[in-house]
This record gives sequence, structure tokens and C-alpha cells, in this order.
Amino acid sequence: MPPGRLPGEVFRAPIRWEERNVTAIKGPGGKWMIPPDAKESMDRSKIGLKGPLKTPIAAGHPSMNLLLRKTFDLYANVRPCISIEGYKTPYTDVNLVTIRENTEGEYSGIEHVIVDGVVQSIKLITEEASRRIAEYAFEYARNNQRNSVTAVHKANIMRMSDGLFLRKCREVAENYKDIKFTEMYLDTVCLNMVQDPTQFDVLVMPNLYGDILSDLCAGLIGGLGVTPSGNIGANGVAIFESVHGTAPDIAGLDMANPTALLLSAVMMLRHMGLHDHAHKIQMACFDTIRDKKVLTKDLGGNSKCSEFTAEICRRVQDLE
Amino acid sequence: MAGSAWRSMLSQVVGAVKRPALSSVSFSRGMQTVTLIPGDGIGPEISTAVMKIFEAAKAPIRWEERNVTAIKGPGGKWMIPPDAKESMDRSKIGLKGPLKTPIAAGHPSMNLLLRKTFDLYANVRPCISIEGYKTPYTDVNLVTIRENTEGEYSGIEHVIVDGVVQSIKLITEEASRRIAEYAFEYARNNQRNSVTAVHKANIMRMSDGLFLRKCREVAENYKDIKFTEMYLDTVCLNMVQDPTQFDVLVMPNLYGDILSDLCAGLIGGLGVTPSGNIGANGVAIFESVHGTAPDIAGLDMANPTALLLSAVMMLRHMGLHDHAHKIQMACFDTIRDKKVLTKDLGGNSKCSEFTAEICRRVQDLE
Repeated sequence: MPPGRLPGEVFRAPIRWEERNVTAIKGPGGKWMIPPDAKESMDRSKIGLKGPLKTPIAAGHPSMNLLLRKTFDLYANVRPCISIEGYKTPYTDVNLVTIRENTEGEYSGIEHVIVDGVVQSIKLITEEASRRIAEYAFEYARNNQRNSVTAVHKANIMRMSDGLFLRKCREVAENYKDIKFTEMYLDTVCLNMVQDPTQFDVLVMPNLYGDILSDLCAGLIGGLGVTPSGNIGANGVAIFESVHGTAPDIAGLDMANPTALLLSAVMMLRHMGLHDHAHKIQMACFDTIRDKKVLTKDLGGNSKCSEFTAEICRRVQDLE
Repeated sequence: MAGSAWRSMLSQVVGAVKRPALSSVSFSRGMQTVTLIPGDGIGPEISTAVMKIFEAAKAPIRWEERNVTAIKGPGGKWMIPPDAKESMDRSKIGLKGPLKTPIAAGHPSMNLLLRKTFDLYANVRPCISIEGYKTPYTDVNLVTIRENTEGEYSGIEHVIVDGVVQSIKLITEEASRRIAEYAFEYARNNQRNSVTAVHKANIMRMSDGLFLRKCREVAENYKDIKFTEMYLDTVCLNMVQDPTQFDVLVMPNLYGDILSDLCAGLIGGLGVTPSGNIGANGVAIFESVHGTAPDIAGLDMANPTALLLSAVMMLRHMGLHDHAHKIQMACFDTIRDKKVLTKDLGGNSKCSEFTAEICRRVQDLE
């Protein structure tokens, strides 16, 4: 067990960390895969917390994120976007969650040259994947005391594909009468989102729309440096991760902002039912940011990562 | 008279004789004909507002009103009425209010019909912050240029097996080249500094890859304009944090649909956003992109700003920059002053009062 540096360690969150590397290796038969010990650990623990991975340009192997997604069938990408008091953006009171179908849709990767100068790209929507993401969205809403789920689509234009997605959402909604269900065109969502994001609660949508909206909403609360993210897989696996880059220019200089990874870890605690611990760590983090005395450079201060971390640890212990 | 001057005069005379009678009348009076499609709901009243303001500004525009409600042509195919098409083909310039899309009328969307009839391949929306109309952003000044004929909106879908549906996105070299060229020409003609291609070629390598390649090729012929590329999700992430970093954005159909509405939201919504559609053969149709607002139609409550700013865009397209500038200034000054505003802008004036105020300012600017 590695020496603890996270507030969870100091705070006695009942978590035992098992560090693993996921750099792709070539398995028997020449197929790229994640290292067996990483897979074994995830299959056993079911819960992962992941920092940023670099995508080597000419390494020959596919994106690690893609490999993880396929290995564990991570079908739902979940991003709660909550305004952080003290970190000023043009918006206050943002409190929404984007739930993105992450296996199919526009990102099926099926493309062909029809004739010279004419290319087609195929978007696949299946009943099964649509039903699964819709069910996850409503379950999430229920488990997290959210009021409504909005399906985001362009079924007026893509009648069959988005139409199928929408139909499954409507069917699943029938089993969750306690949650309000609405539907909205993607362009209307964007138009309204930047004028008044407080009107939105849980949003569920196919892959591409989710890619766009999840980043748009991250921007509303301050960017990828403060946005948590979780990926839900089949068989109970869930991997929580920061979605910013590896920031090689400041790596090793004690300048990084751990907020995104920390909030993702908080999301993880909630997923595991450890709500008290989640609440205290999140409060310590938000209080530190609101207080503005100890902030990393990207948050507008000039403290080190270790100082920011120590401040959160201090507050977390005070909250005991 | 020197030879070349004589030849030039002769060709002008011959040209004038060859031109259809109506436009040579327009030519001799200095007036240019514009096909006006008032539309439905609040369409007629905001069109009237625009005509009044243009008259006050003494803009050399002769309006030709037409209706574009679809009719069934010979062979049973839906088409726009022949007199509307004839007018547009002749004038080349259109100004259009909102059209209602009847749910069970049997005919396709009128906007779609117009798009196909005139091959309106580029949708252009300049988004400029309006001083006095508060949004979370100031200093937005960008233009979205959307390819409007292909991409994800090809309408080609199939059920593969029960429960599995495919939707086909088409990207062609020709359409990509055409929209890229329009974007760079627009940037050059409107003194813009840069063009950014918006794409997801990391995921859709072939289709968006082709689009991107054509943009890069066209950029080679416009070394005076800076060319950059950015992933769509990165654009959205950055757009809501700092929209001032963007200038002209060019992109395929779906991304354009999203981004153009996102950017309209930044400056205050569809009620204040102008829009233009550029077609082949020199046709251009400018339009407000809000709805018909049936609940306030005929009550003198509508806000004509979107249609007016679209008409200003139209004047610039026609080279009438002085008139465009005066009308836009009168409109922005009225909004900034906050004394006479329609309800949606936060005031309680009537449409006619708002219009009269702009007319008054326009005349003062003469």
C-alpha cells in the first residue's frame, strides 16, 4: 500500500489503494490489451480512480482510454457540473449532470470512401444501448435525489436513429414516475444552456451530443481542471477520473491542481455509498477554494499543490 | 473617344439592352429589388417594421413581397410557388421572416424546400454582443459559417435489424471545398483576421478528415487570413469561458447547427440574432431564425431586431455599407439607451414605438 497523500488517507476514509499501470501491452495473438495485473485488480475491486493518461502519437497502440472503455464496457460517462463558490465564472448556481452514452452512436468508427471525394460515416443506435443508458440515467436521478431527466436529441432530423433513442428513454421513463421526464433538441439545449443553465437537471444523450455537452457544461463551472467524471461499466465496474490533460509543462513542479481528481474521488465515494466521507471532503475542498487564501495558480493563487492539499487536509480534520 | 472607353461604353449599352426590362428600370433608378417573404405569425409586422426603417434610412431597396407556402407542382412534387421562385431568381436577394412548420400538412418544411430550391449551402451567423442587452458575456464578436447541405443531415437512415439503426453522415470534397472557400472569402471581405475549422477528425478520421483537408487546401490561397483547427468539444469548452478568442468558425452541418445556436445564446438568443443563407448562382436569403410567436402575433408586441439585423447583413452583402452602418447604429443606440424597448428586451414599448425610435435616430444620423 503506497504512502497516503490524499485527504482520504489522512481522514480515515475506509479506502485501500491498489496502484496499477495501464500502459497498453501486446497480448498473445498480437492484440493490444491493458496489463493483466491491472485488469485483475479492477475486476476484483470493481472501483477505479484514474488520473490523466498521455496518448502517444506514434506508439502504434490505440488510445488507453478507448482500451479501458472496451475492456470494461464503460457505457455511461457521468459528469456532475456544480458551480464552485469562489471560482468565478459567468454563471452561478449551475447544478446539472450530463450522462453520455459512451459505446456507440457517432463514434462507432465505421467509415468508408464511397467514391473518390465522397465519404460516409455511420452512426449506430441500438435499442439495447439506448435502454441501458436511459435506465442508468433514471437510476442515477433516483439515487441522487434529482428531480428530472431530459433526453437530448435531434429526432426531428435523424428520425430513425435518434427516434429509437428517444423511444427507449420514454419507455424507461414509464418505470420512474417519480422522476419528471422531458425531451429537448440539442440545439435548443445549447441555446438555453448558455442563457440559463439553472433550468437543467439530469441530461441523457447519445455519444457525440454527450461529448459536446459534457465539455460545454464543464466550461460553465470553470473548465476541466475542476470537473469530476465517472465511467460506469457493465458488471458493476466504475472508473472515476479527472478529464484534464497530463500538463507535462508543470509535472513534478508541485504546481498542479488536484481538484478535478479529488472531486472525481468524491463522486466515487458517493457511488460506494460512503456519503458522509464524500460530503466532508467536498466541503473541505469547496471551503478552501471559497476562502481564497490557499489556491493553486490555475485557480488564481500562488500556492503549491502540497500547500493546497495540506489546507484541505486541515479542514477535513477540523470537520471530524 | 479613346478605343477602350468606346468599347466599354458600348458593352454597357449592350448589357443594358440585354438585361430584363424590370432590372434595367431598377438600375436606372439606383434601386435594387429584394424579394421579401414576410412569413407567418409576427412575420408581417416585423417585416413592416424593417420596411419603415429602410425608408427612413432612404436605403435604395425596392421590396417585392412573395409567399412561399408549398404547392404541389405537375407530377405531384412539392415546390415553392413559381412567382416566388421567379422573383428570387431575378432579384438574387431575399429577406425572410419566420415560417410556421405545419405538423400534418403533408409537405416538407418550407425552410428545407427553400434550401434545396436555391442550393443554400452556407448558413452564416454573425454574433456580436449588443451593448445594453445584458448577457453573461460582453465583447462577443464572431461568425459561425455552417455547411448546410450534407453531413449528418443527409436524411439517409436504415433499420439494419430489429433494434439496430444506422444513420449515414456524408461528407464530400466538393461541398467541403465550397464552404471553406466561402468562409475565407467572407473573412477577407469583412476584414476578419482568422478562420477556424471545427471538427472531430480525431474520431471521424475519414469524414471530418476530408472536411479538414479541404479547409487546409483552401487556406493556402488565403495567406492573409490566419487558419486554425479545433476540436468541436474544445471549442464548446472554450466558448463558454472566453468567446472573445474566436473569430470566423467554419464547420460541417450538425456542428454548425449546435454552435450557431450556442453562439446566438451568448449574445441574447434568437430574438436578436441575424442569419444569412448563401446559395449557388449568387442567391442569398437573409432571415430571422426565431419562431412565429403566434401568442403575440398581431398585438404590436414583437421585437423586429433579428429581422432588422439580418436586413443589415443583407445590405452589407449588397455592398451598401453606409446604409447598413447607419441602420445598425440606430438599432444598437436604441437598445443601449433603454428608453424604448420591446417586452422581450426588458421594456414595455410596442413594436411600432421601438420601430419609430429607430427611424428617428436613423434620420438624425443622415
